[in-house]
Formats: sequence, C-alpha cells, structure tokens
Amino acid sequence: MATQVVMPKLSPTMEEGQLARWLKKEGDKVSMGEPLAEIDTDKATMEMQALSNGVLRKILINEGESAPLGQPIAIIGEPDEDISELLKTASAPKPEKAAEAPQSPPESDAAPAGDEQPQKVETPEPTNSISGDGQKPRTDGRVLISPIAARMASEAGIDFKTVQGSGPGGRIVKRDVESAISDQKNPAATKGAVGRISLPRPARAGVVYGPSAYRDEPVSEMRRTIARRLVTSLGPVPHFFLTMEIDMERAADMRRSINELYPDLKLSINDLIIKVVAVSLIQHPEVNASFQDKTIRYYEHADIGVAVATENGLITPIVRAAELKSLTEIATEVRELAGRARARKLKPEEYLGATFSISNLGMFGIEEFTAVINPPEGAILAVGAMAPKPVVKDDRVEIRQTMRVTMSCDHRAIDGATGAKFLQTFKQIMENPIYLFLDQ
Amino acid sequence: MPVMTMRDALNLALKEELARDSSVFLMGEEVAEYQGAYKVTRGLLEEFGPKRVIDTPITELGFAGLGVGAAMAGLRPIIEFMTFNFSILATDQIINSAAKMRYMSGGQFKIPIVFRGPGGSAYQVSSQHSQALESWFAYFPGLKVVMPSTPADAKGLLKSAIRDDDPVIFIEQERMYGMKGEVPEDADFTIPLGVGEVKREGTDATIIARSLMVPTALQAADQLEKEGISCEVIDPRTIRPLDINLIIESIKKTNRAVVAEESHPFASVGAEISAQIAEHVFDYLDAPVKRVSGADVPMPYAKNLEQMAIPDVAHIVAAVKEVSYV
Repeated sequence: MATQVVMPKLSPTMEEGQLARWLKKEGDKVSMGEPLAEIDTDKATMEMQALSNGVLRKILINEGESAPLGQPIAIIGEPDEDISELLKTASAPKPEKAAEAPQSPPESDAAPAGDEQPQKVETPEPTNSISGDGQKPRTDGRVLISPIAARMASEAGIDFKTVQGSGPGGRIVKRDVESAISDQKNPAATKGAVGRISLPRPARAGVVYGPSAYRDEPVSEMRRTIARRLVTSLGPVPHFFLTMEIDMERAADMRRSINELYPDLKLSINDLIIKVVAVSLIQHPEVNASFQDKTIRYYEHADIGVAVATENGLITPIVRAAELKSLTEIATEVRELAGRARARKLKPEEYLGATFSISNLGMFGIEEFTAVINPPEGAILAVGAMAPKPVVKDDRVEIRQTMRVTMSCDHRAIDGATGAKFLQTFKQIMENPIYLFLDQ
Repeated sequence: MPVMTMRDALNLALKEELARDSSVFLMGEEVAEYQGAYKVTRGLLEEFGPKRVIDTPITELGFAGLGVGAAMAGLRPIIEFMTFNFSILATDQIINSAAKMRYMSGGQFKIPIVFRGPGGSAYQVSSQHSQALESWFAYFPGLKVVMPSTPADAKGLLKSAIRDDDPVIFIEQERMYGMKGEVPEDADFTIPLGVGEVKREGTDATIIARSLMVPTALQAADQLEKEGISCEVIDPRTIRPLDINLIIESIKKTNRAVVAEESHPFASVGAEISAQIAEHVFDYLDAPVKRVSGADVPMPYAKNLEQMAIPDVAHIVAAVKEVSYV
C-alpha cells in the first residue's frame, strides 16, 4: 500500500526542515531503513530513512525547499499503484500532531539507541547520519574505524568522531581519514594556522571594475536559526568584535621606502591597509559576504569602502576590486575619491555597494575603537593609530611600531572563528608586507 | 635461461642433487622402472641405477619408515609419494619419527629427508585424491613445508630441501607439472628455505598466495589493475618457516590483505597467516584480513560442483574488492 512520507521531527526543537538532498529519485526502489533524504534541521543535517518498502513514486518538495513537520514530502508505493488519492491529500498540509504523536526523538545526540518502538505513522526515526553501503548504521554510540584509519587520524590530530565513514556499517576507513586530512590542509578549513598565501592575479591595465559579481547561496535552516536568535537578542545587526595588535615595523619601513622612490605618491598606511584587507578577503571569501535573509551573498571581488569624514558627515567611497589593484593605483584612487567626497561630487555608484569597509581614526590619535557595520556589508575594520609601544619580543622588551585593529562582524553571516582566521591572515600580511609581492 | 616445465625443473633438481651427493637416493612407488606416475623421475633409474632409484611396494608407512631409518644412518633419502593423498598412511613415520627424532635424541640424529609428491586439487579425482594437506604438516615443529609456484622456484627449492638437514615436506601442485617457465641451468642455483618472494608489486592490497594460487592471484591482479586496484602478490614459497616479515612489510604499504589458498578454510595455513597479520600489523589494517579458501566440504566429483569448490580468479577479485571497499 502506498504511503506518504512526511517531514520528520529530527531534533527536539525542530519545527520545520529544509530538504538538503534527495538520496533517491522518483522511480528508485527503496527499502525500509534505507537513507531516503538528507534534512537540514535547526541543529544539523540529518539522514532520513525510509520506513516502508517499495518505489519512490513521487517527490513532493524539491531540494532547498522547507516543509513544516508532518507535511507530506514524498510518496512510496508499488510501481503500478494508483496514488492519486494520496497526491490529493498531500496538497492539503497535515496537522502537525499527526507527525508529532508517536515519535520520541532522543534528548541528546549521545543517546540515539533503543529507538526501535513501533511507529504507526510514516516518520523516520532519527539517526546519526552515518553513510555507508546501505547497511543500517550502528546506533549504540560506538564508532567503527579501521586500525590504520584510527592511527592516521590520531597522527594527524583529527578527531575521528567527526569523520564520516564510508565502509560497511559506516566504518571509517583509510580513504575517509585521507580525505579528512586533505580537507584539513585546505586553507579554507584550516584551524588556527595560516597557510600559504596565494594572491589574486593583478588587474590588467585599463580594466574598469563595476560593482563586484557575486553568488547567492541559500541560507541554511541552521544559519537562519542563528540569524533569528542573534537578531532578537542583539538588535537588527548582531555585531561582535575582534581586536588584534599588529606589529607595523615592516609596513612602516615599506611605506617609507616607497615614498622615497615616489615622493609624489604620498602612500599612506591606510592605502596599504586597503590592499592587505582586500587580499585577505579573497583568501577568506566567507568574510567578504553579506547576509540577505534568505541567502548569504559571497562576493568575488573585494570592493573596499573607505570611510571619509566630511563636513556633512561620513561617506564611504569604494575602491572596487582592490585585491587586483597595485598600491600605486589604490593610493591615487583613494586620494581622488576622498577629494571628490569632500567636494560632495561622488556619484551614487561610487559610494554604494561596498563588500567590506575600513574606518581609520588613527589620525585623531585613537588607539582602538569599534565601528558600526554599514549594512548590508558583513564586516568593517576599525583601525587605530600607529604608535611606538613596548613589545615583548624573544623575552625582551623592545620598542616597536604597533597598531590595533578591531573588526566588527555581522554574526548572522560570519562566525567568531571565521573572522579570527581572516584577521590572522591580515596580520600575517600586514606584518610582512613583502607577501604582497610574492606568489604572483 | 631455458624454458621448461615444472616437471622437468624438478627432474633436473633431482638429477643434479643425485649427481652432486652420493648419499642422496630416491625411493617410492613407480619412481624407477615406470619413471614416475607423473614422470618427474624420468631417466633417473637409467642414469643412477637401482641402488639410488628404488621402486617400493604399495606400503607408504613402510617406505617412509625406511627413509627415516636411512636418514638416521647418514643417507639423504628423497621419498616420493605418488600423491600426498597417500602420505596420510605414512604420517606416523613423518610426524612421530621424522619430525621429532632430532629433538628426542637431543640432537644426536639429524633427519635429512625429503618427502615429495603432488598435492592440492586435481581434476575430477574426487574427495580422496584431491585435497590440500599442507596445514597438517606445517602444524608440527620439526617439519619444514615447501610449496613452489614456478618451475624455477621448484628447482631452487627442491635442491635446498635435499641439502637441508631436517625433514622437508615438498608439495608439488598436481595441475602445475606442465606449467612452463624459465629455469636457471646453474647446478648451484638454490633458493633458501624460509624466504618468500614478491611475485608482483602493488600498492592497494596484498594477496598472499602459494602454489597454484599464485598464478591465479596474478591473473586476478591483472584484472584488478584494469579496474584501478593495484595488487601486490606475495608467495611465501616456504610455509614453514614462514617469511612473515615479507608479508608484514607489504601490508604496511597496502593496509589490506587477502590470503588465497586451495585448502579448506578451518585451521588452514591461511588461518595462521591471518592470525600473524593481526598480531604484527593490526595497526596498519584498513579492513579485516579476507581469506579465499577451498570450500569447506570434501572435494566433489561432479565437475560443476568441483569448479565451485576450488578458488578461482573471480573469488580473489571479489575478496580484494571487499577489503578495498569497492
């Protein structure tokens, strides 16, 4: 007999689920216990298992779409069975209770065992999503892992509990750890350590950059929950702040050398900061982002808004695609833009639509401050004054030029660690600006 | 190097050793006048005479015992069993006398004897004449057990077995006598007992095979290579002493092991190798050791059933895929 598959309750606080991925397509055979789809809940992506045998006759919601608990999302039946009745009832949303009643989802991730009681309604039981060869994953909390995989994980400092197993019954095997190790080496996923820096190709002469291209990624259910919570607790844009002290000796030296060679350029430290921020943003695209309610927008280029104080107030002209421009180009462009800003002669496209902003109050002697994000940008960097300070270096106190920067981040789009990694890269390049001239 | 059959390589080894050492003599059913049931002893009676190449009555226990006595008295007998199936009758002499005499005499007697003959599966000769007995002999301390997989190995190993001062069980695969290969002519060419050989290098899985299973494993490796799985094929050549280090080093590299053998699975040499792998390289394994064995039934006579009972290329391919998770 054909049955409806409904959106299951996969976490205690789940109210609706987003269909992350169908693991079967219409017409595929399914058997009880087989993974049917991956569901994004407010907590995690969970695998949903089929609770009856047959053929997946109809998929009722597409990947990326959400459905409240209990809403039919698919129909499983015999290949030639008439499912028109079920299709009709499926279009009328089911009351939530129907799905709620017989389930008892585990209270915590640690106790998924013993979930074998009979279930009257087509609601999959929650399981940890261990993939494998289709065998039912173990639910007794033991992690299956081959000896060599365990050893490699421990040598690489990987917690194998976080690794998905692809062997029988979800056993973690060598190839799973190998791919975890290569993920770890990938700079985007690196924890702590700052990897090798690869710079974007420099701009070709004469190319004029318009507003940056972008890609929109759907806001996941989890991200939406974070966003909702943070907004209600902290206000329309939930800020958090990250401060770092930068050793500016080399940057100051470099600026001095460049200005000796090109006295007319009058390269400022701020120009250098624009370039370094832009390059760092390309290394960390997750920071070059904007929260757009349903999506998070990731920009291809670093369009840097530079806060300029005018008689009438603050305005932020934009250096487009700053990662591709040379220091000379940036210095010239900023000076020109700031001049027109003060003369109130900027066109809207010259100050609207930055991907990231910099506010520098160093010239006022401000050591450190926090800036307010200019929505819909995801972050802003507040730059303090560069000043000589006693610094402990190799166990000795030295006087060095230092500068403190504080990044304000929109927590809906950017997490603490994400912002911190970006700042690490920023610091690494700022302290060794020679990077700007390497790796091209 | 001349190409010859395994039969001729064995014959050459016997001829060279009979010529080299006058204390070596050959004894068994039909070895002299009939020139051997499988013609391994062809021409030896003519060349070395009836004192060195001796036909016996059909009394395995009797001539095995004669051999042990001759070895104690200082000769180097080679006892041919028409097939190892008949060695079962002689096991009291092999196990209780040959294997233990050195130990029980406190080293006063060495027993330089070779028991040789065909073993393993043969075509349609049914349960009593088609079986692998190596695990029986390998079980006993005091016996060495050798199983060659190529004509060259057969020659080199048989010569070492004849020169060895301890009793050696030398099992030739009945279906391999006609197999051809290059064989060194050098009369001093020997292969030391206890030293295995990598028959094919590979990186993804180690197949440990012996005797007839070596060419079978090599075919499986060829097939798997086409599917992107690189197999290392290891032939220990000597079952006891076992070159476990060769196996260990290979598994450290591949992390996966398949043991292929013709014998029944229970308490087989493959079981021993699997256990040693678990003891030595547990931390390197990515999958449980997989054994490919003969069926756990007496060898069927019916051709279709017999085919199913003997491990083949497909069995090994499937086992390698299983341990490679593909």
